[in-house]
Amino acid sequence: MNSVTLPVAFAALLVVAAIVGIPSYPLHIMIVILIWAFTYTGWSLMGRFGLVSLGHGAFMGLGAYATALLWNYAGMTPWLGIPIALALAALLAVIVGYPCFKFRITGHYFALVTLALTEVVRQTVIATRDHTGGSLGFTPTPRGNDDTPSIVALQFQDKETWFLIAVAVWLVGLLIWRAVDRSMVRHALDAVSEDEDSAAAAGINVTWEKLKITVLSAVMTAFGGAMYVQYQLFVAPDTVSGIGISLQIVFAVVAGGVFTQFGPTFGAIITLLLAELLRIYIGTDAVGLDNAIYGVALVLFIVFLPKGILGSIEDAVRRRLDRQVRSSATSGA
Amino acid sequence: MGRIDTRVWLIVIAAGLFVCLAYVPAIIREGDLGFAVSDVFLYEAMINGLLLGGVLALLSLGLNLIFGVVDVVWICYAEIVMLGMYGIYYLHSFYGVPLLIAMPAGILLTAIIGYAVHELVIRHLLDSAPINQLLATGGLLFFFQSVATLAFGIDFRNLGVSLGSFPLTEDIYISWSRLAAFIVAAACVAGLYLFLTRTFMGTAIRAISQDREIMTLMGAAQGRLYLISSAIGGGLAGLAACLLVLQYDVHPFVGLSFGPITFMICVLGGLGNMVGGFIAAFILSELIALGGYHFDLEWGYVFAFAFFIAMMFVRPEGIMGRRS
Repeated sequence: MNSVTLPVAFAALLVVAAIVGIPSYPLHIMIVILIWAFTYTGWSLMGRFGLVSLGHGAFMGLGAYATALLWNYAGMTPWLGIPIALALAALLAVIVGYPCFKFRITGHYFALVTLALTEVVRQTVIATRDHTGGSLGFTPTPRGNDDTPSIVALQFQDKETWFLIAVAVWLVGLLIWRAVDRSMVRHALDAVSEDEDSAAAAGINVTWEKLKITVLSAVMTAFGGAMYVQYQLFVAPDTVSGIGISLQIVFAVVAGGVFTQFGPTFGAIITLLLAELLRIYIGTDAVGLDNAIYGVALVLFIVFLPKGILGSIEDAVRRRLDRQVRSSATSGA
Repeated sequence: MGRIDTRVWLIVIAAGLFVCLAYVPAIIREGDLGFAVSDVFLYEAMINGLLLGGVLALLSLGLNLIFGVVDVVWICYAEIVMLGMYGIYYLHSFYGVPLLIAMPAGILLTAIIGYAVHELVIRHLLDSAPINQLLATGGLLFFFQSVATLAFGIDFRNLGVSLGSFPLTEDIYISWSRLAAFIVAAACVAGLYLFLTRTFMGTAIRAISQDREIMTLMGAAQGRLYLISSAIGGGLAGLAACLLVLQYDVHPFVGLSFGPITFMICVLGGLGNMVGGFIAAFILSELIALGGYHFDLEWGYVFAFAFFIAMMFVRPEGIMGRRS
């Protein structure tokens, strides 16, 4: 499943729905899901090639904090702040990614190095508490009633505007996924994830190919972080970086399916809806129940459904179609 | 010989770094070498770093055993320690069980958890990609954390038992519980070493860690050896819990604060290498202690993690490890 029409059709449907009118609570949930789906899609670009990063909390935190800090302390509009944050994320990805790929750090070693990276960012945020608010979190200065237009501050009072932005961002994420899926990079990295040595012998520059996808993935994740802080107008080290958030990203993508275009989106929907539904129907007594279910589900997914829910459904459909094609071919002959 | 040379160089560089980190910030701040060298609190920080190293070494010991033998990263290891801490806390504070009985019970509990983790999860994943094994234990991390949240709430709980401290000099006090952790860690490294080299079971465990397929053909009961290693690893988590519960508050997220550093120690020491892990624990704990003394505790952790990342590029096989 890989197309332009399907994401665009979904996006159009969502926009129409928003114009017709959605109550503000479901609208809020949908915005959050779309922003996270974008971030998850960014992670899956790397994850699908076996580059399992537990460090995406670092990029997300960098994107969120750099944007918010530039706005508060330098008065810089997010329109400039976000590109700077993305450039910093790309730089960080190169600084850590290049030696990793150069020295062939793969598998769980790669996961642990990136885990250390996300902890570096989290602890740095806490350590610089004089400027970032530390563990208590950080709030971008509200636009207030002065003459800064909301478009400059990228802060909007109404959820409808945010919804349209989130749909656009999510759509771009899916299109990037598609572009990567159809590119030469994908074929090169598929080969690399099968066997690095053979891929290198076949003339693939392993370090360079991996670095490209890592930078793209890091920049997307940082953008997701920036969107998150602009929408929520609050950010705390534990909600954007650290081992917990890194595992959450990985879990949602693995649950949805890492090899399909809509897999990360599907993962975002089921994980966030599960948390919200449990919160609504069971209430605050069940704090933690959603994570208990995720935890067991993650284990079950990895043991029984390594392709994720959507990936497994797609496989089953494809197999059935194959069988039909084959049986019609034999009956015709 | 070449390998030994690199190790010597590494120790020289680490010692140089240590001295720089210890004295240079104070020299820059005060502009006086004499003050920097005679700063009593600096030495107190160093000693505390050494004792923290004991706790970290003990924490990484069981994980290292599982790492080395089964070749699986238990991301949820620190959460097993957390469950052990809760077990001891509840037995002692709620049911009035004396600590000397509650602690072995806690160790038994975590040993059973370690056994169950292997039997229920890891056993099914032995042949899948290493990263899948890591993620499955990541799922267990969420599970343990939330079960603790559901069962015990998010309050910080303290055992309320303190072993106190004793004065080393006029100004430097040493906490008994930290010293105990240090001594127990050293004893455990020695004990585990003797178990692995002097007993039949230990020899079998070492053999199977070298080659899973061949040793199975030679009649080693792979499943049983893995289960025993996992149970011992879990039990060591319980032992670490016994000493941690005396020093720290228990809460469902306590594992997140020392989990990452525990993995870093195992990898930095060379996977499955007990001695390397022991050394790595002290290197990282001194970085944390000195960074914490001169700047901020969090900066200490930033230094330690950054050092780990840099070391992975220089020496991915670990300080004492051999490149496979």
